[in-house]
Amino acid sequence: MNQPQDDERRWQLWGLNSPQQALHNKQRWKLWEPVLWLLALASPWLLASHALIINEIAIVALFAVSLDLILGYTGIVSLGHAAFFGMGAYAAALFAKLVMPDPLVGLLFGMAVATVLGAVCSLTIMRGSDLTRLMVTLGVALILMELANKLDWLTGGADGLQGVVLGPVLGRFEFDLQGQVAAAYSIAVLIVLFVLARRLMHSPFGATLTAIRDNRLRAMAIGIPVTARLAVIYTIAAGVAGAAGALLAQTTGFASVDVFAFDRSADLMLLLVIGGTGWLYGGVAGAIVFKVMQDAISSITPQYWTFWMGLFLVVLVLVGRERLIRPWTWFGGKKK
Amino acid sequence: MSQAEIVLSAQGLVKRFGGITATGNVTLNLHKGARHALIGPNGAGKTTLINLLTGVLEPTEGRILLQGEDITSLAPHQRVRRGMVRTFQINQLFDTLTPLETLALTVSQHTGLGARWWQPLGRSTQVVERCEQLLEQFHLAEVMNQKTNVLAYGKRRLLEIAIALACEPRVLLLDEPVAGVPAGEREELLQTVAALPADVSVLLIEHDMDLVFSFANRMTVLVNGTVLTEGDPDTIAKDPQVKAVYLGHGEEMAHG
Repeated sequence: MNQPQDDERRWQLWGLNSPQQALHNKQRWKLWEPVLWLLALASPWLLASHALIINEIAIVALFAVSLDLILGYTGIVSLGHAAFFGMGAYAAALFAKLVMPDPLVGLLFGMAVATVLGAVCSLTIMRGSDLTRLMVTLGVALILMELANKLDWLTGGADGLQGVVLGPVLGRFEFDLQGQVAAAYSIAVLIVLFVLARRLMHSPFGATLTAIRDNRLRAMAIGIPVTARLAVIYTIAAGVAGAAGALLAQTTGFASVDVFAFDRSADLMLLLVIGGTGWLYGGVAGAIVFKVMQDAISSITPQYWTFWMGLFLVVLVLVGRERLIRPWTWFGGKKK
Repeated sequence: MSQAEIVLSAQGLVKRFGGITATGNVTLNLHKGARHALIGPNGAGKTTLINLLTGVLEPTEGRILLQGEDITSLAPHQRVRRGMVRTFQINQLFDTLTPLETLALTVSQHTGLGARWWQPLGRSTQVVERCEQLLEQFHLAEVMNQKTNVLAYGKRRLLEIAIALACEPRVLLLDEPVAGVPAGEREELLQTVAALPADVSVLLIEHDMDLVFSFANRMTVLVNGTVLTEGDPDTIAKDPQVKAVYLGHGEEMAHG
């Protein structure tokens, strides 16, 4: 009934944006975001000698974003997320070997296979408690690991699937020995999927997921089909994890049974603990910190790097992330 | 009053937990636009009845009709879609979201946009306008951008009801809406409860007798899981049986 201008003015009386504006601000891209991503995309050339680790970081970051979709936004704990990662890796590697070497088609194939696996596993969400789910994810990863080990006519068994040769990306960019193209390719895929995930999380769908995480009872009481929503996001997350796995197989030209390994799932949890759950950048930040620290510490003390990593984690959890990145709050109480 | 259309009908509801009968053969009809209060001493089975109606619990016997449709075996969220919505005695809110986001997602869900993932929350003008109405109606406009877990208790209590109303209920089950609200914030809440849309049928569960008698035009007294009596407030107030029940627990009638 009110004119739009009146409407705006009414909210301004309270010193507020209109609700539409407030909701819009929440999902608007901040200035630093595109800058960050452009820098990331240029990093394989800016830090040419570190292209390999940049590639690794991008892949792990994507994997962490995938876990955050279910852990951070719905509260489902998964200790076998590597199942989807590994599935994507083997699917993409086999696709390149047996069908065609185009990286993007292989990537989509890897994602598709992992998505299907995710859809099947998501049925376990419908029934069972948190602990059952935890065990199921863990079990699936172990089963797949053993399958990859035993089916050596297809997967190369314990030696891994070797000789994965890929064509150029988009028919133009050949993978080079330094790994610059590989790193840029992984980052580009990370960016695309990150943007999609970000969009997803700022949509009504994403908001209902947060509602489910915050209060499942109430989510049900406002008509949200809780289990169906969880199954959908679980499936999507599996697809994203599959993409990360596919990237690993494609950029290293290799897939081995350790893609399914438990440590991979466990490291991923550490990563989200470092970076923080429930915001998509947490996975990215965690991946960078974790990988850079791992790289730096292990070059100083190759044998004892896990000790320092462990110490860091304990300190992080005890002190808290918020305080740890604000050293000026360590001493002297409330100084800003 | 009795001529009005029956919106919600619980027929012969029985709920047994093992050997214990929590609800024994309860029949309850809610008329369109009703202001119906459900009272009874602690342990009378009010909460169990609410859980049966909303689908949290499945009845051992009996059936529930919502606007003539048998909803006895429907899941909670399906009942909400058909217009039966509840509030909670203990706030059940989304702590990390703001009131605005909470309402926006609830309205989106209710208007069929809940599964939409490619558009931002609040893209739909229809959703935003409804949120604006609710924010103002429930005195939440000034705090709409604060995280729910830092809101004052009274505001959270208002949001509790606002969320339910955002689902556009035909039947609203209010579970002790003013429980625990400090005196200063109480008036605001009572006003909003009194101003609920007339076409919504309300079933109020409440210990606060002032609110019950000022709000309800019909009352059901529940004792030991069964209906002791039903009638208009005047009749109930004079009913010797009811007095006996409440005199037995004299303090119940008195305190809020």
